[in-house]
Amino acid sequence: MQDFTQAFGEAFSLVAAGDAELFGIVSLSLRVTLTALVIACLIGLPLGAVLAATRFPGRRGLSVLASALMGLPPVVVGLLVYMMLSSAGPLGPLQLLYTPTAMIIAQAVLVTPIVVALTQQVIETLHAEYDEQLRIMGLSKLETLSTLLWEARFSLVTVALAGFGRAVAEVGAVMIVGGNIAHATRVMTTAIALETSKGELALALALGLILLAISLAVNAAAMTLRRSAHAAAAVA
Amino acid sequence: MPFDFSFVRADLSGRDCLPIELSEVGVAKGGRALIDDLNLSIGSGRRTVLMGPNGAGKSLTLRLLQGAIAPDKGVVTAGGRPLDASNRKRIGLVLQRPILLRRSVRANLDHALRAQRVAASARRDQIEELLTLAGLEHRADAPARGLSGGEQQRLSIVRALAAEPDVLLLDEPTASLDPHATQSIERLIDQTTEAGVKVVLVTHDCGQARRLADEVLFLHQGRLAEHTPAATFFKNPVSEPARAYLAGRLVL
Repeated sequence: MQDFTQAFGEAFSLVAAGDAELFGIVSLSLRVTLTALVIACLIGLPLGAVLAATRFPGRRGLSVLASALMGLPPVVVGLLVYMMLSSAGPLGPLQLLYTPTAMIIAQAVLVTPIVVALTQQVIETLHAEYDEQLRIMGLSKLETLSTLLWEARFSLVTVALAGFGRAVAEVGAVMIVGGNIAHATRVMTTAIALETSKGELALALALGLILLAISLAVNAAAMTLRRSAHAAAAVA
Repeated sequence: MPFDFSFVRADLSGRDCLPIELSEVGVAKGGRALIDDLNLSIGSGRRTVLMGPNGAGKSLTLRLLQGAIAPDKGVVTAGGRPLDASNRKRIGLVLQRPILLRRSVRANLDHALRAQRVAASARRDQIEELLTLAGLEHRADAPARGLSGGEQQRLSIVRALAAEPDVLLLDEPTASLDPHATQSIERLIDQTTEAGVKVVLVTHDCGQARRLADEVLFLHQGRLAEHTPAATFFKNPVSEPARAYLAGRLVL
């Protein structure tokens, strides 16, 4: 109990002092996760919409695959990306292993199926409502997809949040492909794991608190945005 | 009223501009014929009213006329050619329950005009014209789904007009609207026909049919029971189902 209180006290003073190392770890975490999320959305949003609103051979197989990959364990993703990027792997010459880029790739692989599957669900519901109207208006397939994606924008914020939450919290994938190298590839989750194993509970706890605070802030911001935009568009 | 209809093609008289025909059309669902051997032509007369009891196939007929639904049997032609992407563009359809986009009134019109490949500079002027036509200038930046029922219906009508159709099909545009809103829709329909667009309208409201119709098509059990000028229809209907309907004693 003594340890606990002391650790909390030290954690808060680290945060309050704006510890440089702490700051570096947090900013790398955010950079990796947000970049991975942007990539996942660039791929996942259109793909999810295509799966929801078009018919082509193999569509069902793809959507089953996306749903199945949603539950992929991060360590498995880490392993696969590791094998791709290691010097013996097909992407070995790029020398990406143990760099932030490798971590971005791993998290993007992890999050894309989530964005695809959830986007598909959201767009399917909207498509049922809009399909006849959009066909009457004579929209092309591409126009239909972009209209549906924009109409779904409020729900898609939640989809992106789900992806963010998954990526920012995972430790297995970034650990394997990033290597948890200080000042290079150490992010919040890998740092927490390391400091805890060393018994450095203060730093681990400080990072845990920041991770929690970031999650809360991102969700609160998204919810506020969603609510005000919702009200502005008077979505029934 | 000084509405500028320059965006609607000026050379249309509304008479025989785009005759649409159903020949021996049948639509079945689950083994039951919803529409059976339906023959009808739309074209003469500025305003055609489609009447008939519930389940007669009126809404389905409107969708067939626009190509929103393809028939299981028979053919639909517009201007003498089977419906395809090019002549479908000349036919507008407004559904009974407007599906407006979750955007502002202005953005809904902008979206419809963009779908017609109208350049950005021209869009701005046309949006203003359509807003004026709908009487929604003061609501331009309001969310479309926050409009009243009558305003939503007016918006969806002018949205369909954005495509500059020759024929506008309206599915019960005033169902569940109060008399005032109904009046504003009927005024908009008048303005639409004055601009040279032929209107085909489904309604259950006999008063509205009397006010608006030049001719009446009466559907009964998925078939055309009667196709007569409005004056004849209301004074002296030819078919038994139409007589029964007008007397309020139609048995389905």
